[in-house]
Amino acid sequence: MTSNERAADTLVVGGGLVGAALAYGLAREGERVTVLDEGDVALRASRGNFGLVWVQSKGDGLHDYARWTRHSADLWPEFAGLLEQDSGISPDYEKPGGVHFMLSESELEAKRAQIARMHNVNGAAGYGAEIIDRQQLDAMLPGLGPDVIGASWSPHDGHASPLRLLRGLHAAIAARGGRYVPDARADQVGRDGQGFFARTGKGTYRAGKIVLAAGHGNTALAPALGMTIPLRAEKGQILVTERAAPLLPMPTHVLRQTAEGTVMMGDSHEDTGYSTDSVSSVIRDIARHAVRCFPAIARLRVVRSWGAVRVLSLDGFPIYQESPGFPGAFSINCHSGVTLAGAHALALAPMIARGRLDAQVERFTARRFGHATAH
Amino acid sequence: MTQQTIPFADLVVIGAGPAGMAAATEAAKAGLSVTLLDEAPAPGGQIYRGIETAGPRRLQILGPDYAEGRSLADSFRASGATYLAGALVWNIGTDRVIDYSHQGVSHQLRAGAIIAATGALERPMPIPGWTLPGVTTVGALQILLKGSGVVAEDAVLVGSGPLLWLLAAQMVDAGCPPRAVVENLPRGRTRAALPHLLRALRARSYLAKGLALMRKVKAAGVPIHRHASGLAVEGADAARALVFAVGGRTQRIETTSIALHQGVVPNQQVTRLMLADHRWDAGQHCFRPVLDAHGQTSVPGLYVAGDGAGIGGARAAALQGRLVALSITGGDPARIVRLRAALARDAAIRPFLEALYAPAPEVLAPADDTIICRCEEVTAGTIRATVDLGAPGPNQVKSMLRTGMGPCQGRVCGLAVAGIIAARKGEDPQVTDYYRIRPPLKPIPLAELAGFAPGIAAE
Amino acid sequence: MPRRIDPEGATLSFTFEGRRIEARAGDSVAAALTAAGIRDLRDSAVSGQPRGIFCMMGACFDCLVEIDGQPNRQACMIPVTEGLTVRRQRGAAEVHP
Repeated sequence: MTSNERAADTLVVGGGLVGAALAYGLAREGERVTVLDEGDVALRASRGNFGLVWVQSKGDGLHDYARWTRHSADLWPEFAGLLEQDSGISPDYEKPGGVHFMLSESELEAKRAQIARMHNVNGAAGYGAEIIDRQQLDAMLPGLGPDVIGASWSPHDGHASPLRLLRGLHAAIAARGGRYVPDARADQVGRDGQGFFARTGKGTYRAGKIVLAAGHGNTALAPALGMTIPLRAEKGQILVTERAAPLLPMPTHVLRQTAEGTVMMGDSHEDTGYSTDSVSSVIRDIARHAVRCFPAIARLRVVRSWGAVRVLSLDGFPIYQESPGFPGAFSINCHSGVTLAGAHALALAPMIARGRLDAQVERFTARRFGHATAH
Repeated sequence: MTQQTIPFADLVVIGAGPAGMAAATEAAKAGLSVTLLDEAPAPGGQIYRGIETAGPRRLQILGPDYAEGRSLADSFRASGATYLAGALVWNIGTDRVIDYSHQGVSHQLRAGAIIAATGALERPMPIPGWTLPGVTTVGALQILLKGSGVVAEDAVLVGSGPLLWLLAAQMVDAGCPPRAVVENLPRGRTRAALPHLLRALRARSYLAKGLALMRKVKAAGVPIHRHASGLAVEGADAARALVFAVGGRTQRIETTSIALHQGVVPNQQVTRLMLADHRWDAGQHCFRPVLDAHGQTSVPGLYVAGDGAGIGGARAAALQGRLVALSITGGDPARIVRLRAALARDAAIRPFLEALYAPAPEVLAPADDTIICRCEEVTAGTIRATVDLGAPGPNQVKSMLRTGMGPCQGRVCGLAVAGIIAARKGEDPQVTDYYRIRPPLKPIPLAELAGFAPGIAAE
Repeated sequence: MPRRIDPEGATLSFTFEGRRIEARAGDSVAAALTAAGIRDLRDSAVSGQPRGIFCMMGACFDCLVEIDGQPNRQACMIPVTEGLTVRRQRGAAEVHP
């Protein structure tokens, strides 16, 4: 063994938005954490994230997820403040509310029905999204194209910079005494007489607890800890423009202006496995849709595009699983690493620190997929 | 929308410098359908820029090596290759379908084979104040001279390399000698280069020319400061002076024009976009694409010729262009042998030049407060601090600091960022590697992308 | 002040910040502005600091100007045509809904 066996309370496998938010939360709870991450080139959904902190339409079909998402959005202002205090880096969080454009009557009808279905998910606090017509929309967001006939709007929606969030989390983990180890992809995890371990190219790391937050990597790692984590890959492509003076006062589900002034657009869903290729026809479709929604941006230049692979469970909801056979081992997956960062750091991490997932998240177990988990 | 069938060419050449023109000419003469796409309005690349329009005065100043480009351009024009000037390639798919922008509209072209002949870029030379107006590259001043016959009047040329001396001599001939030449090579470089001198004698015309350039500049009375260090540009809203130290003595030259140069490096945008393998070349202090004996990259059907394959200069570029084209067309073996021999003779000067003009250590290790990414204004110190936090390489640094995310897309800062990370981590730049390059290769208006009509490839 | 070496050449004119600039046929906007002694072409969209030409070959995107109302055009890549209206690029691109 190597000199890497510095004592840690918890090993977090994965240094993306999910792993880093959990590690930051654990460090805030006073734990000594070690985060193991891959190198410069990896799938890294966190680097491809669009940056929405988004509540509306989440959790139709699993209302616990709707509540959990809302909880995270409610925690975000506090979370952003704590993160900036600890790291000196602002994640550029803003909560001006957000809109989801409707371009046809049938879309509008489907959204109305969804809002009706979900009206009581948060009890007296309400679902928090409503349909607004074009006139209301024009007052909120001038400059929309003629094809936008209305929108759903939620005051709980907002956005943040996924990249500054990740950087802030890494800095905050260090500031709180945690250890981040890059170029240390966990090839094998398990438990032996001394506790949990993760073997990497840099040596073996050990701790009393272990959290798998390795995105798609969890599928391969989890069985050794008695868990089955079924995931599917889906590619999303995003375009980003040069910096522009402020022109979008709030984020939308396909278009947002960052704090730097660049305009991001995206929302492709491609069933292409682990490919992150950029595809011209999809770039065209994204550009066309964005211009259709907001014609003024047509004059801006696209500086970059990218593709990234979403980490999706079979039903799209998160998987939070504690191993039944290996208490102290957890597997955490979701595809909303930015939206859920608040809850991951300030609600889920304390549960992991206590060693037990609460009822609030028990519906997110992998057992819902009917796979037998070992033991 | 109806999907058009994508036009096909046996060979698409990207870039109309010496490599691209020679390759297109050879392939077209061999009967291939050839299309050459180039962003500039006229052929020549940077080295032969303005070659078709330069009048006698410019030709005289720019010299016989420049004038050689004329016959290349003439042969290319007469070759039968389709030439699209002002065509910007912005993406290449894995199926060799090329997306390019021409007069504000994007089109596609499918290639049997692609030769990337996209040449070189000047190595980043980050020094304090290098973003101030009035600070340019040496290449930029030469482009002003070639393209427009414009010469700066009080320019201070700073750095090192053959191009710096060439421009200094051309400015002398233009009647506007530089205000000074400030060379930043450390002492001992001549001795370091000496072991390569014998081999360099096989290409002695280059040696003779280089010495003649230096003599001309000296004879014109241009002050030459050698072994300068601590370079910095002073000025608030524009460059006002260059400061530097020689032998412990600080000097200051007031000027409004400061031109930097620290050699040239391959332009990797196309080969990186295509995810071709690259290797760190310790001699040239840059990455170059890994090529087989035919100039083919690790991506089937993607070839590289010219400085984009590793710096060899204009003559070598033209030879490589011919060789790669002959490999693709299955040309006369005897001619290939002759061209390869000529290329080897020409390359004999390179180890000597590489040892003599290796980038100065100061340029490779800029001070913490020096801006590295000019677009996003990120300093060397911020990059180092982010590496210390654990960012493992240029792509993670990019996502955390926005280095390389501005409009130049990392063209200017890429090598400097990779070098700073490698040095901080104490690893070989081969391990550090480079930015992943994504489309569009240059910024494209959203309206143009929205109006783009990708077609279907005919088999 | 930069100097022109060619004795003669067809001239064109355009405006920069309302000032009339003489150019020669074949000049890029950046070359013509440089020949006219203009170094400061824009304010950075990041810090507001002034910038001018740098590489002159389309790589660095430092010479961005507004041409005929279009923001962030590369002055070194655009040939002068008669009557262009060129302005400094002041920070980020402005597009209005």
